[in-house]
Amino acid sequence: MGKSIIEKIWDQHIVHQEEGKPDLLYIDLHLVHEVTSPQAFSGLRMKNRKVRRPDRTFATMDHNIPTDNRHVINDKVALNQMTTLEKNCQEFNIPLAGIDSPDQGIVHVIGPELGLTQPGMTIVCGDSHTSTHGAFGSIAFGIGTSEVEHVLATQSLWRAKPKTLKIDIKGEMKKGVSSKDIILYILANYGFDFGTGHVIEYSGEAIRKMSMEERMTICNMSIEGGARAGLISPDETTYNYLKGRKYAPKGEAFEEAVQKWRELASDGDAVYDRIITIDANDVAPMVSWGTNPAMTSKVNERIPRLEECETEIERKSLERALTYMGLEEGQRIEDIHIQHVFIGSCTNSRLEDLRQAAEVVKGRHVHPNVRALVVPGSQQVKQQAEFEGIDQVFKDAGFEWRESGCSMCLSMNNDVVPSGEHCASTSNRNFEGRQGSGARTHLVSPMMAAAAAIHGHIVDARTLLAAETVS
Amino acid sequence: MNGFKTLQDKAISFDRANVDTDQIIPKQFLKRIEKTGFGKYLFYDWRYQSDGNPNQDFELNMEENQGASILIANENFGCGSSREHAPWALMDYGFNVIIAPSFADIFHQNCLKNGLLPIKLPHDQVNYLLDKGKKQPYQLKVDLENQKITDEKGFSTEFSIDPYWKTMLVNGWDEIEITLQLDDKIAEYEKAIV
Ligand code: SF4
Repeated sequence: MGKSIIEKIWDQHIVHQEEGKPDLLYIDLHLVHEVTSPQAFSGLRMKNRKVRRPDRTFATMDHNIPTDNRHVINDKVALNQMTTLEKNCQEFNIPLAGIDSPDQGIVHVIGPELGLTQPGMTIVCGDSHTSTHGAFGSIAFGIGTSEVEHVLATQSLWRAKPKTLKIDIKGEMKKGVSSKDIILYILANYGFDFGTGHVIEYSGEAIRKMSMEERMTICNMSIEGGARAGLISPDETTYNYLKGRKYAPKGEAFEEAVQKWRELASDGDAVYDRIITIDANDVAPMVSWGTNPAMTSKVNERIPRLEECETEIERKSLERALTYMGLEEGQRIEDIHIQHVFIGSCTNSRLEDLRQAAEVVKGRHVHPNVRALVVPGSQQVKQQAEFEGIDQVFKDAGFEWRESGCSMCLSMNNDVVPSGEHCASTSNRNFEGRQGSGARTHLVSPMMAAAAAIHGHIVDARTLLAAETVS
Repeated sequence: MNGFKTLQDKAISFDRANVDTDQIIPKQFLKRIEKTGFGKYLFYDWRYQSDGNPNQDFELNMEENQGASILIANENFGCGSSREHAPWALMDYGFNVIIAPSFADIFHQNCLKNGLLPIKLPHDQVNYLLDKGKKQPYQLKVDLENQKITDEKGFSTEFSIDPYWKTMLVNGWDEIEITLQLDDKIAEYEKAIV
């Protein structure tokens, strides 16, 4: 019987096995950011413990960082959290892409960009969207602060072997449909907890044709379906992306690594605990209308009606969500009015995302009722976008062009959506209050966010792509 | 951490599904660098009105629900962000046990690491408890050693818990200490991979 990539990586990382206990798993790469690490470092200090492998640890600051002028931080508590990270990295000798580093950015954007993320690795970070790194064929998952401390001290974690779920995506994405729509479509159809206890492997024709950026978007939102990790077997696309990156192996070592990575792909006869098959041809641009990512519909559909709910829990959730969102049951999705647009976050802030949004924006103008923000995922993305002139396309259209960080994805800095207003956002969570107290979030792809910015309401981005832009 | 053996205390209902960690502890409180003091911010946006006054309709603010240490919740409790501030806030507020039909993975793990006991029970049993917890006074006895929950009205059930975590919780052991005893195994592994 063959093995899946999940089992292969798992088995390669077992340090210790004992009856009645989870496995002790070696962790190859530990990414650290300012919000979930301070208490872990204090824990080490209290017990006089060291960081076992600073060379396998990498830190950045992204959650709190201002995206307008990054050197004016008025929030003293946030500032303290960032200087605490600097001090901790210094004391424990951990490399840090700090506020002035050209490598700074959202932790899940810079890991791949710097070539830290590699196939076959186990990767953890005190952040649930660590699943992003699975796009490279690694087992990558979010952990809490106690486990951050555990990994710092021991470079390992206790973990019971997860169940495996294969999601096979047949067919090809149509123009105007993106990988964000695919993952939202999966969530809309299978719910917010179908993946609990599983690691997902995404496979199939549609996945093979995707760029690394598109793959990262899908793996990123695995956690929204309850799965801590989602991954994709590596292939030529993966190796081409990694070649020449700062921390990727170089020269002969790279060729050797590729030889090893090739063996990771799941065997044809691998067995999974569960398999789901979807067809990319069925996917349209998706829009979330509720308060969890599974409350999502196709752009040309309507919000469900209360009478359509199958259970009492579902009915209550729908009722609550509609009240919070200020929307009516049965309302057309395209009639949702938008006052804010956010293009950014670890889901959709990479160069390709910005290119796709810019294609929609080019030669058009942001609707007068809309405030629109582009926040590149990293300093490198920002620079490259500026080199290509993408920033100008956005600025000419009336978008604000910002410095890199998490920004309005969770609004820990000053980028907040006011109470009661609607935001078309390329981020990953639409929970109550996520983008600000009372803020109403609609999760969409970069193309759909751009289209909403132009029209002031949700609109099918495909209609804007089809029409010739007047320049 | 102190060991957890049995607890007999007030249990209250919190009948909402998919309570996410963004609600348990909103992001504006994640900037602190301490582990304690999060209790006053627990469920902040639900607990307080925009003018800062308590929202009287919210479960936790009701007079009869004060002083509980057992929370009876609904499905998929603790979904979303990995923030460990969520169990810290629940514990700092005074909860030691959460009972629900299902929990999100990371939250579940984070609870165990902090000695907050998450107990998964079948829907019908949780529905019974939700119903009872709505009428105070109501008490539950949680016996971790024997994996049993009972009330004074004749309800009694066993619950399952991973034996590894049971041992850790009952003894109040520090996981890092245990792993460090395997230091030579980790070193051996590291030697083999370079
Ligand atoms: S961009 Fe959003 S989801 Fe991603 S790491 Fe930052 S806060 Fe978390």
